Amino acid sequence: MTPIPLSLYDLAIASLLVLAGAGASLALSLGVHRALLWTAARMIVQLLLVGLVLRAVFAWSSPLVTALMVAAMIAAAAREAGSRQERRLAGPWQALIGTAAVSVPTLAVTVLALTTALRPSPWYDARHAIPLAGIVLGNAMNAASLALDGAFTAAWHQRAAIDARLALGDDRRAALGPIVRQAVKSGLLPTLNTMAAAGIITMPGIMTGQILAGMDPLAAARYQILLMFLLAGGSMLGAVLAATLAARRLTDERHRLRLDRLRRR
Amino acid sequence: MTDTDAAPTLTPMPARAPLAGLSDLAGPASLRVRAVSGAGRGPFSLCVAPGTCAIVSGASGTGKSLLLRMIADLDPSQGQVSLGDMPRERFGGPAWRRQVMYVAAESGWWSDHVLEHMEDVPAATAMLAPLRLPADILRAPVGQLSTGERQRLALVRALVRRPRFLLLDEPTSALDRDSTLAVEALLRTRQQLGLGLLVVSHNPEQAARLGNRHYRLGAAGLEALPA
Repeated sequence: MTPIPLSLYDLAIASLLVLAGAGASLALSLGVHRALLWTAARMIVQLLLVGLVLRAVFAWSSPLVTALMVAAMIAAAAREAGSRQERRLAGPWQALIGTAAVSVPTLAVTVLALTTALRPSPWYDARHAIPLAGIVLGNAMNAASLALDGAFTAAWHQRAAIDARLALGDDRRAALGPIVRQAVKSGLLPTLNTMAAAGIITMPGIMTGQILAGMDPLAAARYQILLMFLLAGGSMLGAVLAATLAARRLTDERHRLRLDRLRRR
Repeated sequence: MTDTDAAPTLTPMPARAPLAGLSDLAGPASLRVRAVSGAGRGPFSLCVAPGTCAIVSGASGTGKSLLLRMIADLDPSQGQVSLGDMPRERFGGPAWRRQVMYVAAESGWWSDHVLEHMEDVPAATAMLAPLRLPADILRAPVGQLSTGERQRLALVRALVRRPRFLLLDEPTSALDRDSTLAVEALLRTRQQLGLGLLVVSHNPEQAARLGNRHYRLGAAGLEALPA
């Protein structure tokens, strides 16, 4: 079950596809050759760097280094999760909610998987913990980011309806309930689509990689199923945290709607 | 600026044991607003007794809506607002607004159908004919209502929750004369049952028909007009 090793020569041949694409862009004046070449070059550097770093971290096999690595990944994801909404919370709240919504699901789901389903020895073994945390993190980040955007946009556009309920004496839970539900739904949508399409419309990346690396397809499918469960749990937790924390920060202890805490980017 | 109480049954007793003020809610208690300010406006002081109506008039942009929203605790404010001797801080926000309910000039609706907004459907149905609304309007989609219908139904959905005080922001601005008089007649019957009203109105005739007290909001602040 050893993977077929790739030589530089193999990669060079595959890179001809990107070069050909750039050539076509030039010939047909599509104007994408610069972006194509630049992002391809960036991708090479990023992946080689990650490979080098991971090789070093695996060789180190120190729990502290692994924890630092995961913490750095979470910090980067937290920043991304809160950075693309049309409106954002004033002060440190955007960053705080982003961090909570990506770190809690990542840590909870990764530790759960490492101590129950995968059980490497030791359970915090870097070779398992870091890639697993990374994939859960990416999904939780997407879910949190979409849920935050959904919550802010909906609260802004439906403020008259929210305010009417609060004025009539409903509490913030009732008044913002529909908005939290919409936000969670939009945060979860990509994960639902991925699960529904898995194996029929798309071949999941992990499974493809493992089959290419020589794993039995059924064993690879089991791995993929496990991962899908982990990703679904992580996304759900991330979306729910993001939406409920956003709804809470958009109201105060007297159950007033506080859209003054939102800033347009 | 007067801050005297129109209800003779109520004697203000500032220093009382914490829960003693609750007894005031059993009997009639006035809505008292003392030196309330917020968003750079105020301080405002006024008092509305149960079963009476106070009118607030004044040019656009002087903060009449803000005043009502601050009293209902929908916008942050400083100052003292109380029901009788019970300061609003002793209520939770929603509990306070069930007693002192604000109805905006332009109403927001959170569901597709009118019916889903009514807490007490029989009570709402009973108000339709007096307000000159069609009998089947509760089953209509909100999107099909006219502006005037929306305005009256927003009043209905507040009244069925039985607040002690209603803060009405231009409640008849979208209504013709007959509908306006119908709304006023309904409000008067509610007043006789003890409902207190604080109404923002630009209409001097309406103010004369409804108001027991008149306040004008201007650059100098809230001014009580002689009756």
